[in-house]
Amino acid sequence: MAKNDLQGTLDLLVLKTLAQMGRLHGYGIVQHIQRVSDELLRVEEGSLYPALHRMEQSGWIGSEWALTETGRKAKYYRLTATGRRRLDEAERDFEELVKGVRAVLRYA
Amino acid sequence: MGLWQRLTNLRRRERVDAEIAAELEAHIALAVEDAMRAGMSEADARRSARLRFGNPVALREKTMGADAALVLDGVWRDVKFALRQMKKSPGFALTAVITLALGIGANVAVFGVVNAVLLSPLAVRDPQSLYQLRHKAWAKGRLLTHSYPAFEDFQRRNTTFSGMTAIDAYSNGALRWGNAVTEVHGDEVTGNYFDLLGVEPGLGQFFHAADEHGPNSVPYVVLSDELWRSAFHADRGVVGTTVELNRHPFTVVGVASPQFHGTERFVWPDYWIPMLNEEQTTGVDYLHARASIAVTVIGRLKPGVTPSQAAENLSAISAELNKEYPLTDDGQPLRLVHPGLWGDDGAVIRGFLWSVTVLALLVLAAACANLAGLFAARAADRSRELALRVALGSSRRRLVRQLLTEAALLAVLGGAVGLGSAALLLVALNRWHPAFGGHVAVSVDARVYLAGLAFTLASALLFGMVPARQAWQNSPLHAMKSGSVESPHLRRFALRDLLLGAQIAICTLLVTASLVAVRGMERMLRAPLGFEPQGAMLVELDLSQVELAGPQGADGALVQEKAALEAVRSIPGVTAAGTVSRTPMTGGMHGVPVFRPGTVEFTLDHSVLAPYVFTMSPGYLEAAGTRLLSGRDVAWTDTAQTPAVAVVNESFAKKMWGRQPAVGQRFIVSGRLTEVVGVAQDGKYHDMEESPQPVVYVPLPQDEQSEAIFVVRSQRAGNEMAVALERALSGIAPNVPISVESWPDTLASELFPARAATVALGVMGLLAAMLAVTGIFGMAAYGVSKRMKELGIRVALGARRMQVLGSAVGRPIMLLGVGSMLGLACGVFASRLLGHIVYQANPRDPLVVGGAIATMALLGMAATLIPARRALRVDPSQLMREE
Repeated sequence: MAKNDLQGTLDLLVLKTLAQMGRLHGYGIVQHIQRVSDELLRVEEGSLYPALHRMEQSGWIGSEWALTETGRKAKYYRLTATGRRRLDEAERDFEELVKGVRAVLRYA
Repeated sequence: MGLWQRLTNLRRRERVDAEIAAELEAHIALAVEDAMRAGMSEADARRSARLRFGNPVALREKTMGADAALVLDGVWRDVKFALRQMKKSPGFALTAVITLALGIGANVAVFGVVNAVLLSPLAVRDPQSLYQLRHKAWAKGRLLTHSYPAFEDFQRRNTTFSGMTAIDAYSNGALRWGNAVTEVHGDEVTGNYFDLLGVEPGLGQFFHAADEHGPNSVPYVVLSDELWRSAFHADRGVVGTTVELNRHPFTVVGVASPQFHGTERFVWPDYWIPMLNEEQTTGVDYLHARASIAVTVIGRLKPGVTPSQAAENLSAISAELNKEYPLTDDGQPLRLVHPGLWGDDGAVIRGFLWSVTVLALLVLAAACANLAGLFAARAADRSRELALRVALGSSRRRLVRQLLTEAALLAVLGGAVGLGSAALLLVALNRWHPAFGGHVAVSVDARVYLAGLAFTLASALLFGMVPARQAWQNSPLHAMKSGSVESPHLRRFALRDLLLGAQIAICTLLVTASLVAVRGMERMLRAPLGFEPQGAMLVELDLSQVELAGPQGADGALVQEKAALEAVRSIPGVTAAGTVSRTPMTGGMHGVPVFRPGTVEFTLDHSVLAPYVFTMSPGYLEAAGTRLLSGRDVAWTDTAQTPAVAVVNESFAKKMWGRQPAVGQRFIVSGRLTEVVGVAQDGKYHDMEESPQPVVYVPLPQDEQSEAIFVVRSQRAGNEMAVALERALSGIAPNVPISVESWPDTLASELFPARAATVALGVMGLLAAMLAVTGIFGMAAYGVSKRMKELGIRVALGARRMQVLGSAVGRPIMLLGVGSMLGLACGVFASRLLGHIVYQANPRDPLVVGGAIATMALLGMAATLIPARRALRVDPSQLMREE
């Protein structure tokens, strides 16, 4: 059975975002997910930052301080090789979860 | 992230904190910029960003929490917080640390002794396969079990041992090296001793079985490391030189290693000499005497042989020997024990130490119950603060961690103090040379430290879990609403009551135990000894060393002893003096078979009794304070030329002739028809716990026994007498080592177990009593302080003093009653446990029960006095104005 929960989903969203966009800061991640999901998903900052730091501790993502286009200092995150592998796993898990949930919903 | 980075991060908490703050700040700034680009005013943009963001401090905390690197740092913060809490209530912290130090210290000290005596093996190769031969019948003391010829038979005929050695641990003499003479005690052992034990010399070499070529052929001596250091100044050149032992030359072949102290744990030999040369030190040849029980036999089992198989094999040999030598070998079945703890006394010592361990653990349990109660009370006081923290978003896990950290910190402090003092105590115990010349080698090794750590952590968990559980189950809403009034928390109160009740029960049990020990001690001190050690001195003087001027041989020795006695009697202040072959309770006594007149076949099964036989000079009974019940004492006129006579004791007279008068009756002892001339009172001869034993005293002039100890009774002070005695005797026997000791001192070893038990149990009882007082006091004082307002209202409404008192301290007193009853009941059931510690332990002794009840009542009164007074002095008007 696929291991999945809400935290795992947030991780998946963040990892996927970083995989698509390359380098991004926390605010950018929130914005990206909101925009791409047509305002359906809104990531809470209260969950995002602890998750980012946890993933950094696990070595899935790296970070560095850099300037934004408006010349403001911000902390940018990017995917590591470990993170890329983790993303593949998370995607598979999620597919299975969706398949499973859908099967249950369709059951008449 | 590597461990190193985590550790360095530890010191960079502020930096990490600032970095997170900056990151979050940037987030808000970016959000504001975006909103302004969309056309919002700056103020509105900032407001909506902040609103969306929530509490920045909480988020920062949460993000920090995700930084695993900071977990260690979190622990450090908990410790700092706990230290601050302790500083806030130093009295509580001090009480807790002292309580724990006492509990843990007592346990570590007890464990240290257990570790040294029971857990650490003898310093020989494979100690598990080493066994000592004992007779089937259990006997206190009596290390010597076999004659040397019987040992040789066992050694030759057995099929179950890979080797057997014989030891006589009672060898002693004067050791001369150059001009220095030292009194030494050692072991006479067979040549294979060191090889059988598998020990290596520290210096030089040992002697071996191959060195033996018949009696007196191996004049070798091996010194103990201790003797080598004290008497030979650790001179490495001593190996190969010649020393004199009882005037016979012995070559020092080697020095034992510092770890090896023979096969007994408590008595360390100064030297080892080959048993073949024993005649040179003892003056008696026991190598050919089947009748003299002279050796301890120790053997190493062959691999794969069980002790019971070996015992069977040996018992069969014993039965064979009885058939072959019915005069001397009684054919008793044999039994095997591990050597080291004084023969069968090992069972007693083991029982004693394990029982004391149980009691020490009970003290620690009581200490933990005490602290758990205190902690629970404090946590209840802080329930509002804790609830507030939960409400503000602190996780319960964190609160519990905080409370456990406080408990662990106190436990570590208490444990360190306890371990430190226990280590000091053990070191002191190590240096202590008990009166009986024994050794207690207690090393504070890694195992002891580990035990201390285990005790500390276990107690921290025990008393830390109680408040932690409370905090876990606390509902913040409830706690904040009800404030510090906590009547609804009946369950919590019940838990605290349970803790105090258990603690009081344990305390009562320990107080009962110490009272039982004190009673046992008292009984022992009051037991009729049959002699009066108080006011008597024992003088040891080896007259056989003196070059005789007058007639040679036994007669000469007799003349000299008589002269010495007369010299002693003439010292002013001496009221009586006499000699005896061996004073009572110095061990090594064996029955000598006696026969009825007319017996022709002197085999053991024809003997009627096997009394102890003492050889005494005229006047010994008076000097020893033994009453003569009828007849006369022996006299100097009873000589080898006159008919053999003897004084017997009551038990002997009763067993031989019932109610008939014993004086004038005859019996055969040592092959001589002997007439009873007097009857003396019964006494204790081998140990305090023996049943009445038959005894025969034969006169010195009619026995060739050469050993004689002078018993001198005087009214003068001990040290003064010692000087006078030495002066008086040096005229007769110049240059002979004289040892003068007071009789009560030499008996100290016999009372040592009882004394040790009394001290151990007394200390435990005292600790438990202190814990009970602080426990009851803590609960009563806390209860009164919580209910001051209520009490004030009740006083204002006209409550009587007794009612106020009842509600203030009623509960602790009720608990005291219930706990004490439980403890007393436990004491009665634990009499088996106490039986290991104290001879004839009787917890049902009315004096003990009464004493325990009185003690607990006193403790209860002392502990509730102050809280009760506080409750009675409640001033309602002042109290009502306060809140």
